[in-house]
Amino acid sequence: MKSLAGGLKSGLSILALWVGARDAWGAAAIDMREGVTEMSSRIQALHHLSLWICVGVGIVVFGAMFYTMFAHHRSRHPTPAKFSDNLLVEIIWTLIPVVILVSMAIPATRALIEIEDNSDADLTVLVTGSQWKWHYEYVDFGISYYSNIATPQAQIDNLEPKGEHYLLEVDNALVIPADRKVRFLMTADDVIHSWWIPDFAVKQDAIPGYINESWVNVPVPGRYRGQCTELCGMGHGFMPIEVEVRPADEFNAWIEDQRLANELAGEAAVAARAKTWSIDELLPIGQEVYLKHCATCHEPDGSGQGIKYPALAGSEIAGGDMNAHLDRVLNGKADTEMQAWAPQLSDLELAAVITYERNSFGNSTGDIIQPLTVYEAR
Amino acid sequence: MSAHAESVPSQRHPLVAFALRWLLTTNHKEIGSLYLWLSFGLFFIGGLMAMGIRLELFRPGIEFFDPEFYNQLLTLHGLIMVFGAVMPAFVGLANWMVPLMIGAPDMALPRMNNFSFWILPFAFALLISSLFMDGGAPNFGWTFYAPLSTTYGPPSTDFFILGVHLMGISSIMGAINIIVTIANMRAPGMTLMRMPLFVWTWLITAFLLIMVMPVLAGVVTMMLTDRHFGTSFFEASGGGDPVMFQHIFWFFGHPEVYIMILPGFGIASQIIPTFSRKKLFGYHSMVYATASIAILSFIVWGHHMFTTGMPLVAELFFMFATMLIAVPTGVKVFNWVATMWRGSITFETPMLFAVGFVMMFTIGGFSGLMLALVPPDVQYHDTMFVVAHFHYVLYPGAIFGTMAAVYYWLPKWCGHMYDERLGKLHFWTATFAVNLTFFPMHFTGLAGMPRRIPDYSLQFADFNMLSSIGAGLLGLTQILFLFIVIKTIRGGKEASARVWEGAEGLEWTVPSPAPHHTFEEPPVLDPEASH
Amino acid sequence: MNDAHGNGTPRYYVPHSSVWPIVGSVALFITAFGGVSFIHQSTEKVAAEGSYGAPIFYFGLAVIAFMMFGWFGAVIRENLRGMVSKQLDRSYRMGMAWFIVSEIMFFAAFFGALFYARLVSVPWLAGASNNLETHIRLWPDFADTWPLFMTPGGDSTTAMEAWGLPFINTVILVTSSVTVTFAHWALKKSQRIALIGWLGLTVALGITFLVLQAVEYLHAYDELGLTLGSGIYGSTFFMLTGFHGMHVTLGTIMLIVMWLRCIRGHFTADNHFAFEATSWYWHFVDVVWLFLFTFVYWF
Ligand code: HEA
Ligand code: HEA
Ligand code: HEC
Ligand code: CUA
Ligand SMILES: [Cu+2]
Repeated sequence: MKSLAGGLKSGLSILALWVGARDAWGAAAIDMREGVTEMSSRIQALHHLSLWICVGVGIVVFGAMFYTMFAHHRSRHPTPAKFSDNLLVEIIWTLIPVVILVSMAIPATRALIEIEDNSDADLTVLVTGSQWKWHYEYVDFGISYYSNIATPQAQIDNLEPKGEHYLLEVDNALVIPADRKVRFLMTADDVIHSWWIPDFAVKQDAIPGYINESWVNVPVPGRYRGQCTELCGMGHGFMPIEVEVRPADEFNAWIEDQRLANELAGEAAVAARAKTWSIDELLPIGQEVYLKHCATCHEPDGSGQGIKYPALAGSEIAGGDMNAHLDRVLNGKADTEMQAWAPQLSDLELAAVITYERNSFGNSTGDIIQPLTVYEAR
Repeated sequence: MSAHAESVPSQRHPLVAFALRWLLTTNHKEIGSLYLWLSFGLFFIGGLMAMGIRLELFRPGIEFFDPEFYNQLLTLHGLIMVFGAVMPAFVGLANWMVPLMIGAPDMALPRMNNFSFWILPFAFALLISSLFMDGGAPNFGWTFYAPLSTTYGPPSTDFFILGVHLMGISSIMGAINIIVTIANMRAPGMTLMRMPLFVWTWLITAFLLIMVMPVLAGVVTMMLTDRHFGTSFFEASGGGDPVMFQHIFWFFGHPEVYIMILPGFGIASQIIPTFSRKKLFGYHSMVYATASIAILSFIVWGHHMFTTGMPLVAELFFMFATMLIAVPTGVKVFNWVATMWRGSITFETPMLFAVGFVMMFTIGGFSGLMLALVPPDVQYHDTMFVVAHFHYVLYPGAIFGTMAAVYYWLPKWCGHMYDERLGKLHFWTATFAVNLTFFPMHFTGLAGMPRRIPDYSLQFADFNMLSSIGAGLLGLTQILFLFIVIKTIRGGKEASARVWEGAEGLEWTVPSPAPHHTFEEPPVLDPEASH
Repeated sequence: MNDAHGNGTPRYYVPHSSVWPIVGSVALFITAFGGVSFIHQSTEKVAAEGSYGAPIFYFGLAVIAFMMFGWFGAVIRENLRGMVSKQLDRSYRMGMAWFIVSEIMFFAAFFGALFYARLVSVPWLAGASNNLETHIRLWPDFADTWPLFMTPGGDSTTAMEAWGLPFINTVILVTSSVTVTFAHWALKKSQRIALIGWLGLTVALGITFLVLQAVEYLHAYDELGLTLGSGIYGSTFFMLTGFHGMHVTLGTIMLIVMWLRCIRGHFTADNHFAFEATSWYWHFVDVVWLFLFTFVYWF
């Protein structure tokens, strides 16, 4: 019985810990979130329904077990009874669960039918997952951009204290209007990903070659966070989602801003092309791009990871033919995780990162690539 | 039994003789022991990988393994536990006990029995060696969804595929052997409806194995051709579909999870009556419930795929079918309680494990039922809540079931009683640790922590630390188990033939330890004692 | 070994120990290892310099064949010595029956893929069910046809005509199922010459089937542009017919062995389980073909 006492003691200390934990983040940390949409709170109610039913059945079943374990212990009940069958009881305890199940199935079916109704949306966003970032396209507005994790690698490696939104922050959040039915079209470029915002109760697999649909209507403006939930390779844990819900008019203003920004970016690109860049200008830009986009696979020091992610240090491509290098970075390599970067990075960024790769990690070609070259190679 | 031409002459170096004995044996008891030891070894390897997982998840940040290696650990942990720990353990128990329980001299096809076993170490060698290959071990989860495992899988994936083929061959032959043994080798008078429930559950499990292992072989074959021979089963651009992989995989996968629990149900149905000193309640309904679970298991696979974009009708169908499984499973649980009801109960270690099995499996079953509801599953799917669900049905389910069986039959196998105090200590520490490890996962999952991630945001830190502490403790308790088993084999109180006073069945009519050959003459059954 | 005890039933024969299973396990391991190295060698995925995949693979296969000869040889010797009781005979029968069930399920996986492609994935890619957007945005030019002449990715192919070689092959295989049954009847009536004749004819039909199948494959590759790589139609076509062909090959080898054993006079009118097992297997292969012909070629 010593072990029992020990168990009790540790049990108590856990309880203490748990209560402490509740204080820290409120009760939400052990329960499904209520979320912010009508559907998410209905789903939470369904969760509670099934949970409490299970608890109820559990109390009955475990109660009976504990009772019999106590009352019919040999010390109290030395001669066992002889029965081993009772048709009536057996029929009853087959039927009661059926009734309970039906009572859960009905509201679940109702909710499901509504979840699957994607009609009459006010706005459509095409969401594309790729290793390991999201791409959002506002199909009616011709606006699109990538959304990458923003948590610095140093925080992940425990070299810096972790921020409040550790692993749940991105550079460009998805922006949607409040109080509108937004329809998501989900697909993927490479492997299956899954787009999940717990507060919206939207989780939908993004499957390469197919488009799945789901929708949300968020009444409350705010910032909502989620993660990719389908194992998609080594960056699966580092593929957060951030959604910014803005009041409808602010959203429209934002769309206008984006249009303008696109034009400005176009102008900046023209300017970058017109200029001849020196290596000292390109290297710092290149390093920044490299660390942000390339280092996950090729490692910050260009050493790669085994045969799967080749080292760029001493690589035949990164240290050899410049056109091959340009081509590999622009167009990627089909059916490998090396994706096409042409749609994701600007001419300047591409020029800078290639220049950087050719003159770092011990590669010393001395080559400089100009944004104009990249532009022409696109 | 006259020596056969192919038997081994005994004038050999003892080591050679030892090796040959185990390599060439056709004896069901020896093969049973081989299975059990292999499973135990792989359980430790898989457990060590779990320790690695929990170490990395101990607190936020990437500390010990890079994410790529974490995925490899995760994949091998799942595969080894499922195919290496649980399945061989149950096959080992079947080998030992089915012939003893039905009064047969051996398995029906003893040479094939040896073949089934000896394929396995090679299959796992193939699988585990992938850790040391260029490009690393399989890293796509034990469910190996395409295209992560096809187009993007590491080169070692092909070794994994062939390893799965070998495991499949082994399981199919093992299952055929068990079915044939049960169908053809029962002692006179051992009618189907007098068979012990362990035998029944294994009969049904073997049927499931024969039905689904070939499908697994088929799906990995399609993977292989997609990877290397240009087919496009799982590629949209060729007219295929990545989700087709999931359909075929889960057609195997869901019956597979019942393969991992039904023999456990059988074990509980042997042990609980023994220590309640009362006959099993509702024998017939137990048999029918087991059969219903098995049949239903073929039509519920879609519940793993609620977020893949299936049409509404398919989702509804899979939801209802899945929920239905709670009914026959409930019948089993209620029958166990009714068996104990007004019995005369004592709590030796096997009984403790059996009761622990029933309770904690039920907890896992409850969370399974919650997962079956599509709208909430949108929130649960691929979170730690699912991980909590399946560890509850697998650890205190399948593993506790196996341990209950080991404690129950160990005296029969080696003729010594285990140390009851240590056994109880093992049970209580393991029960405490298993709950400490897996219960908090419900919370982190509900609060939004996805599964299969090596690093998590700060809100999940405390519960993960608790889980990790529990896991370490759980690991230690398994070392205790190893110690108890070895100690029992090497000595201890002599066990009588009927080890437990309340035990019934043919296995208790032979001496302990059970002699090398039993029932060369079929036993005569008491025609009165029927269910 | 069949020393009758008490009530006259012979004891169940439990073989002492056998070297063949472990030989088989090692052989499977060698084959698997060699097979993967072979594949790696012959595709670009992994540069496998200095890998001996192919020879290892063939060596493994040879050891498997050796193991089968040894193992079945041992069983045959036991049988000839009269060690096989009625009960053991039943075990063999049940074992074979369940083995065939597992084979059926293996084919079921591929048929599942075929039906999924025809009823789900191809229509969906063309916009059926809840996949209108898939069609509009990703594969706007794709049309739902079966056989799939043009994949979403744009590879084109031609369908295999059912009423040419495939139909002839159907006739051949069905006929061979009949001839093997005639052989069985002959065996049961102890008509040795008829037995050897019918069985020989069955073997010949099996070989003809395989030759025609090879001709059909060549036709597909050279003239129709129908290959493993031509989309899901080619994938399912070759996977199903290919695995079926492998089973016919195996069945033919089994038939040849039975034929040789018949010539040696191994079987008697009431003791010929190996023969029966082979004919079951042959019927199974035949039935699978009927499904293939119906769903792969015809409809
Ligand atoms: C031994 C293994 C085992 C067993 C027995 C089960 C049993 C069940 N499982 Fe579980 N399951 C797994 C192993 C198992 N599962 C695994 C490994 C996964 C994850 C795979 C992966 O993705 O990696 C999984 C995942 C999984 C999912 C997918 C979740 C997701 O990914 O989103 C679902 C969804 O429906 C599910 C449901 C169920 C149900 C309904 C049962 C039922 O059989 C449970 C029935 C039992 C009870 C309900 C309790 C007793 C009954 C009563 C006391 C009667 C009265 C009760 C009521 C009426 C409430 N399981
Ligand atoms: C029967 C099956 C089975 C069993 C028994 C276990 C046992 C354990 N499992 Fe596992 N698990 C799975 C099947 C199983 N698991 C599956 C199928 C998955 C999904 C994989 C996937 O997503 O693809 C999974 C995934 C999984 C995860 C999810 C990871 C993630 O999603 O990111 C975690 C995390 O905690 C985990 C932990 C554990 C632990 C701590 C144990 C412990 O119970 C293990 C205890 C045993 C030992 C520890 C061994 C004995 C002792 C030693 C080896 C000595 C050394 C000990 C010390 C150093 C202390 N498992
Ligand atoms: C998702 C992982 C990933 C990311 C991110 C990534 N790469 Fe790669 N890269 C690869 C893989 C995998 C290959 C190997 C492709 C092959 O040849 O099989 C590769 C190959 C290359 C090569 C050719 C190296 C050689 O010797 O074969 C270059 C150059 C390269 N990448 C540059 C980049 C640049 C520049 C970036 C960032 C802008 C980047 N990569 C980001 C995975 C990645
Ligand atoms: Cu993307 Cu996980
Ligand atoms: Cu399931």
